[in-house]
Amino acid sequence: MMTDTTNVKTPERAVRVRASGGAKRRRNIAPYIFIAPNLIVFTAFIFIPILGSFYVSLNEWSVIGARTFVGLDNYKSLLTDDIFWEASRNTGIYALGTVPTTMGFGLLVALGLNRAMPGRTLLRAIYFVPVSISLVAVGLISLWILSDDYGAVNNLLQSLGLPTVQWLSSTTWAMPSLIAVTIWIRLGFNMVIYLAALQGIPDELAQAAKVDGASGWQLFRYVTWPMLAPTSFLLVVLNVIFSLHVFDLIFVMTDGGPGFSTTVLVQYIYREAFQSGDMGSASAVGVVLYVVLMAFTLFYWRISKQSQKAS
Amino acid sequence: MTLARGDVANAASARQRKVTRSRIPRGKNLIIWIALVCGAAVMVFPLYWMFATAVGPSSELFDGDFNLFPSSIVWSNFGDAWGLLPWGTYYVNSMIIAVVGVIFTVFVNLLSGYAFAKFRFFGRDVIFILMISTLMVPIQVIQVPAFMVVSELGMVNSIWGVILPRGAEAFGIFLVRQFMVSIPDELMASARLDGAGEFRIFWSIVLPLCKPVIGVLVIFTFMWRWNDFAWPLVVLQEQSSFTVPLGLNLAKGMYYTDWTALMSMTLLSIIPMLIVFVIFQRAFVQGIASTGMK
Repeated sequence: MMTDTTNVKTPERAVRVRASGGAKRRRNIAPYIFIAPNLIVFTAFIFIPILGSFYVSLNEWSVIGARTFVGLDNYKSLLTDDIFWEASRNTGIYALGTVPTTMGFGLLVALGLNRAMPGRTLLRAIYFVPVSISLVAVGLISLWILSDDYGAVNNLLQSLGLPTVQWLSSTTWAMPSLIAVTIWIRLGFNMVIYLAALQGIPDELAQAAKVDGASGWQLFRYVTWPMLAPTSFLLVVLNVIFSLHVFDLIFVMTDGGPGFSTTVLVQYIYREAFQSGDMGSASAVGVVLYVVLMAFTLFYWRISKQSQKAS
Repeated sequence: MTLARGDVANAASARQRKVTRSRIPRGKNLIIWIALVCGAAVMVFPLYWMFATAVGPSSELFDGDFNLFPSSIVWSNFGDAWGLLPWGTYYVNSMIIAVVGVIFTVFVNLLSGYAFAKFRFFGRDVIFILMISTLMVPIQVIQVPAFMVVSELGMVNSIWGVILPRGAEAFGIFLVRQFMVSIPDELMASARLDGAGEFRIFWSIVLPLCKPVIGVLVIFTFMWRWNDFAWPLVVLQEQSSFTVPLGLNLAKGMYYTDWTALMSMTLLSIIPMLIVFVIFQRAFVQGIASTGMK
């Protein structure tokens, strides 16, 4: 019996060793096969286009004309291009106007909704639902509500005996109106992330602070806010990226106007490429925006690492 | 650093149980509650106003008064708006792009997320970082060369010109990798001992464990494809290939004073997304929360 089993076992083990040798080879190429489909689409539609836009930015090229290599000329002419500077300034104003406000309101609502209250689930859904609506639909709704003559906001002001405002057709109010609409659609996103972070803070911390006699504000200032720091860091990055990406909303609501008062960089790129047909200059703006975003993220990432080390 | 989805869900349901027991808030809590309800009223007002304009008589829009409620409900507004443009075609195009796009994107994201989470291979970290860093690139930056690629492939005006480039979804890869890292290696190792092939292991052992993350990915990808505007605007140039957001943008230019029609169309355009949102609200919120946690 004993010999029988060993005899049977030996060939079996040999088979297993051989099989695992083949399996190992398969395991070595398997990950490449798994990432292949994604790597192909990334390469074709993102990596090559990024390199392509670097290359195109070094050329003088209109859609109808021939392509000529001009070196850094497109970048030099950007320096003296007033609209480029106005678009950069508008992009900065939009980011400064939306990032702190959406985060601040998002945090306030999250702090409020983090306590037991009637209708909590419904309230959370109401604050969050604008996040899921297409920006084209948001743009149309906002155009109607903010329209000069028959919009709900001006009608309301009028019936209260207050002066009406040209929300979207004056250079003064167009940008603040866009910022207000952005707060409407982005608040819920910030709220949800803060709410999840708040639920991750152990109750014991708050109880210990209360035992030590901390007031509500002190509890927030010295316990809650520091615990939320990683979340706040992340939200700054996500919101800045969003604010530099925003296109659909502005395209539908003001198309960059009146004048160039709401033209941001992505708008300007679209205009140069698909309306003026100046591919070289459009790509140069794209490269600048790309470099700025990369620099911001790296810089911010280093700061956040340092401050996390320090605390 | 893992998803901790279960924890979030437990915390949420524990809290909800607390809510059902909570009575009318008093004192400071009452003030906070009233403030939140007022804020919610402001948040919901634009959507309500869209609805009120869409269903109300169009003659009332321009009398200059502020009426919170329309005097009567005119359901035929929707039929009229539907007839102004070939909405049937736009909806079919949008639906095909959303459904096929979700299947394609989620599948390739699951495949590569699995490789990044569970294999060691040459170039893994570099490729992963390169892919994730594309989250920062605005579509307009690469629009021109990407359009040239699409047009070389003959995919202008085709649904594939919208679907294939969107398979490069860094968010999905990130989410899948993050989730799959926590699956124990022993499961795969024992399946290998049983002689299962690598794809079989992925398909019949790993995927069934990933239902939560697949759910989140499907919802998000559907939302993005349904709401997509900037990229289809460039690729889909013929009106017969338009999607719903492109149709809305076209309607805005054609009927720019007919707000009853425009708001009816807007309402109809967001209904599929609202249905998805209402059904999957919890997964939706948790998906955002769990990606935001890291």
